[in-house]
Amino acid sequence: MDERKITGHREFSLKRFFFQWEWMLVLIFIIINIINSFLSPYYLNLRQLISTTATFLDKAFVVLPMTFVILLGDIDISVASTIALSSVIMGVLYNLGVPMAAAALICLVVSTLCGFFNGYLITRFKELSSVIITLSTSIIYRGIAYIILEDQAAGNFPSWFSFLGWGELGGIPLMLIAFAVFAVAFAILLHKTTFGRRVYAIGNNATASRFSGIQVDKIKIIIFTMVGFMCGVTSLFLTSRMGSTRPNVALGYELDIIAMVVLGGVSTAGGKGRIGGAILAVFVIGFLRYGLGLINVPSQLLLIIIGALLVTAVLISKIRMNVKKVRTVPSDIKQ
Amino acid sequence: MSDYILEMRGITKQFPGVTALDQVDFQLKRGEIHALIGENGAGKSTFIKIITGVHKPEAGEMYLDGQKVDFKSPREAQEHGIAAIYQHSTCYPDLSVTENIFIGHEKIQKGTKRLLWKEMHSKAQALLDELGAGFDSRAQMGTLSVAQQQIVEIAKALSTNARIIIMDEPTAALTRRESEELYRITEKLRENGTSIIFISHRLEDMYRLADRVTVFRDAKYIGTWNLSEVTNEQLIMAMVGRKITQMFPQRKSQIGEEVLAVENLRRIGYFEDISFTVHKGEIVTLTGLVGAGRSEVCQCIFGLEEYHGGRILLEGKEVKIDNPLKAMSLGIGYLPEDRQKQGLVLDWEIVKNISLSALDRYANKGWLNEELEAESALQLAQKVNVKTNSIFNPASSLSGGNQQKVIIAKLLNADLKLMILDEPTKGVDVGAKAAIYEIINDLTSQGYGVLMVSSEMPEVLGMSDKIIVMCEGRITAAFNKGEATQEAILEAAMKKHAAAGA
Amino acid sequence: MIELDKIKPKKWQGKGESLTRFRELGMLATIVVISLLVQMRNPNYLTFENINDLLTNTAILSILSVGMMLVIVTRGIDLSIGSVLALSGMISALAVSANPNLHPLTAMLIGTVVGTASGAVVGLLISKGGLLPIIASLGMMNVYRGLTYMISGGRWVSAYQMPESFKYIATGRIFGINILVFIAVIIYIIAFYFVNYTRTGRQIYAVGSNPESAKISGINNSRIYFLVYTIMGALSGLAGVLWVSKFASAQGDTATGYEMSVIAACVLGGVSMAGGSGKISGIVMGSILLGIINNALPLINVSPFWQQAIQGVIILSSVIINTVVKRRVDKNNLMRRKI
Repeated sequence: MDERKITGHREFSLKRFFFQWEWMLVLIFIIINIINSFLSPYYLNLRQLISTTATFLDKAFVVLPMTFVILLGDIDISVASTIALSSVIMGVLYNLGVPMAAAALICLVVSTLCGFFNGYLITRFKELSSVIITLSTSIIYRGIAYIILEDQAAGNFPSWFSFLGWGELGGIPLMLIAFAVFAVAFAILLHKTTFGRRVYAIGNNATASRFSGIQVDKIKIIIFTMVGFMCGVTSLFLTSRMGSTRPNVALGYELDIIAMVVLGGVSTAGGKGRIGGAILAVFVIGFLRYGLGLINVPSQLLLIIIGALLVTAVLISKIRMNVKKVRTVPSDIKQ
Repeated sequence: MSDYILEMRGITKQFPGVTALDQVDFQLKRGEIHALIGENGAGKSTFIKIITGVHKPEAGEMYLDGQKVDFKSPREAQEHGIAAIYQHSTCYPDLSVTENIFIGHEKIQKGTKRLLWKEMHSKAQALLDELGAGFDSRAQMGTLSVAQQQIVEIAKALSTNARIIIMDEPTAALTRRESEELYRITEKLRENGTSIIFISHRLEDMYRLADRVTVFRDAKYIGTWNLSEVTNEQLIMAMVGRKITQMFPQRKSQIGEEVLAVENLRRIGYFEDISFTVHKGEIVTLTGLVGAGRSEVCQCIFGLEEYHGGRILLEGKEVKIDNPLKAMSLGIGYLPEDRQKQGLVLDWEIVKNISLSALDRYANKGWLNEELEAESALQLAQKVNVKTNSIFNPASSLSGGNQQKVIIAKLLNADLKLMILDEPTKGVDVGAKAAIYEIINDLTSQGYGVLMVSSEMPEVLGMSDKIIVMCEGRITAAFNKGEATQEAILEAAMKKHAAAGA
Repeated sequence: MIELDKIKPKKWQGKGESLTRFRELGMLATIVVISLLVQMRNPNYLTFENINDLLTNTAILSILSVGMMLVIVTRGIDLSIGSVLALSGMISALAVSANPNLHPLTAMLIGTVVGTASGAVVGLLISKGGLLPIIASLGMMNVYRGLTYMISGGRWVSAYQMPESFKYIATGRIFGINILVFIAVIIYIIAFYFVNYTRTGRQIYAVGSNPESAKISGINNSRIYFLVYTIMGALSGLAGVLWVSKFASAQGDTATGYEMSVIAACVLGGVSMAGGSGKISGIVMGSILLGIINNALPLINVSPFWQQAIQGVIILSSVIINTVVKRRVDKNNLMRRKI
């Protein structure tokens, strides 16, 4: 039979390199910044731009592990409730006289446990989709927050704690630094390690992954636990910025977070997308909000823009994929 | 002219990158069973989808009763009396049997368009009774067995008053007894004047049933013969296009010490009292009918399913295997039956597929070394002779046989002692089959123990050193190489366990 | 053959039926047990007035779950309904406040039309645009919520701006029973007939049960997808008017997050997220069970702040119990298999 040579070197394809969703986001990002700087003379101020990131980065911490969850083909609706519950517990404990550092630590522990519990239920009851399970736990977690604090607020945190959310190091917000560190860590985890490779494998074909000796359950539990932990981190920064906490904090965050991940080009069908896209999406939406705020566009309009952006972005990527498919059809076939 | 109920002339169908059908002709007589055979990828399934209006051909004409027709939708084909029973059951598991039968042509009250359930239930029950089915028309489809679902599909075809019924591999998932039942029903349909196109991989189906046979090869029409006037060799020649000498290469392997011993293994509801051994350099084949519990035994050994009794010994030491990772670290590899669902990540590059089961080999403390990965995957792909121009092509771009080779390469990634091969040549064309046999023989000569599951008689007889026959969860016979005959295996495969105990 | 004809084997009924029945009986039993327990603690529970209240409060939830059931049956999900509800409620409230002589039925019509149009957009994105339901509805959720704020200019429409005739929709009674309950019952009946006795209704189940074969059977899948989201939109629009009339206020943040309660009612009512199955009787009971919890807790002096957690625990345990029972049934079937 024919002895064809197999090559073992990846050919660099310029077309493929530029045919990535991330470029689209970069483009949107640049356009937003150009428009913003035209609309408002105050916009193009680097210091200001950098320090404004602290206004929208709180939920971005959860965007990172949520990317993993969506890559698995799952979803976690309970993140906002987890943030609320851990924040409320921290506030109440502090007001009861527990030292702030200990309360903050407990906040992280609680949120991590919430995430672990989700992961445990999802792997233990595989017949149930992650939507159902995290929907129920989201009701439970926030419900517990209501039981604890009812309609009260907890707060009066020490000044060092508010430094967390408001502080800057060399003109760079602490929050941005923390986010950068986490973002790099999660990006490495996803794209450079065996763990990340396995996550993609599970998202593409969970059965084949199991047959290949990947411990699907273990990986799922780890990821949901990571989501929980990062909810705790968000909870710390959010609570610090707000100065007090209530059971209804972070209401609706889960959908904002999922929207950012999806806008970042991660498919909710699982297995496709990169973390860079999700991170870009965080800044696209963040700067959009900031710019529109400067020119006094009502924040409601922003909701419409974000929604429309999400839908058209995914629509465009669909159309793009169809174009790609049609192109590979030999030209002599009429479709 | 009007001798033919259906005539197709010069049908051509192209998909992106491939010509699925190239100038194909076909003629179907009234009241005949017409077998359509060909290797995988010969274009049979596409052809059926054109007759039933699912695909539109780029060129060619179709005549029904001498009238030219041009179906724009499946519904139109249905209205012309064409019904198809597809390879994979196309049922609605959540709906009742009646609904499955009547979907698309429900009985409705004139005027109000209300669905007439009572009428549909009784008509459905009448059809089922006529076919000798032992289940209620109100039962939920998903709770029926594959064979029962197949009967529902036939009832559905009958309910549309179909004149032409197309069966695409209807016996693929049936046991022998169920197949007999299907033959009986099919013959009855012919007596009633229905024309049937019967697609099957099993030549025995064709000999048992068909009046005429048409062969496709490589998307082309090869010929049509009366079954009484053609020899087996001629047909195989027509299908394969070349003579296959040496399908099962001679093998001189040294059978060494014991690798695997299974003692009284038991899994509730699946199998009972399974014992056998596999030695180095030996091929042990588990055979029997589909559903006899062969794959389940293998999956227990590989740690995919739990077992409820008995022992598994590896090189004489008892092991407790509760997950595939453990099995792999102990030196057991498993090639699953369904390569697309269980074996591969189809969208992924060949490299990533090959390395998936042994990622830790290409990593240092969790950090992937992609260069090492590509290098080693290339070697493995060359070793099993995967036909592709780059290992960065997606697995979905490969043919069935080459996909199977990728999975074998994936197994070779780890240091194994025992290879479990579950239907290694299922749905693979003849040429690739020979190549896979070559690889398997190569493995045994390197000292691997091979445990194979196979339903194909020539493969079982040609490859195995030891043949173990299972029936309904129990071992009913075991043969050494040379002792077994086709008849003896079949008898054991259909023997009830009551007889086995005697 | 003759013998076979004589011995008619007991026909295989399938285990699917019995499981569904177990589920419904279980839910009914839960409702009865909870009712009895509450009644023992507080005799005011099982009174006509209280039950009327309970049903009135459940009506909107159950109307929305009818639509959501159809959506989930096709393997979809609609997160936009809270926003659609707010938008149509706001538009109809603005209409009546600007035009106090508007007939309440016209107001309802306006709301329903707005809802239908909003649902149709979501449906188009999913059926023609090929977007995943969760994304399309998430995106449009933001758009509709934003529109609601924009149209109202961030202001509320309050009780004093609404004519009595409009508020009457949700407060009026026929034979002593609240009009909302009547509307809900009419919708159940129509929906019941629709899903059980019309072709299109059954096609919704067929598409959800097996989308691939639905195509082969000649069902127009995208028409079905479009249809269910449009129906969902219409019901959300209607619910928007009822909501505004009931609470006598239309706000930008009306019904934020309500989609989750509706999905929860469906899940509790046995609608499978995997598609293909779900019954009207199930979701009505699911909604009532949620309604009872809200209604009964204050009556037995449980702090209202416990409501949410208790609801969550009930939803979670109901789906878990169902899974465990199904596993047990499957296992017993295996044990019985002869080897």
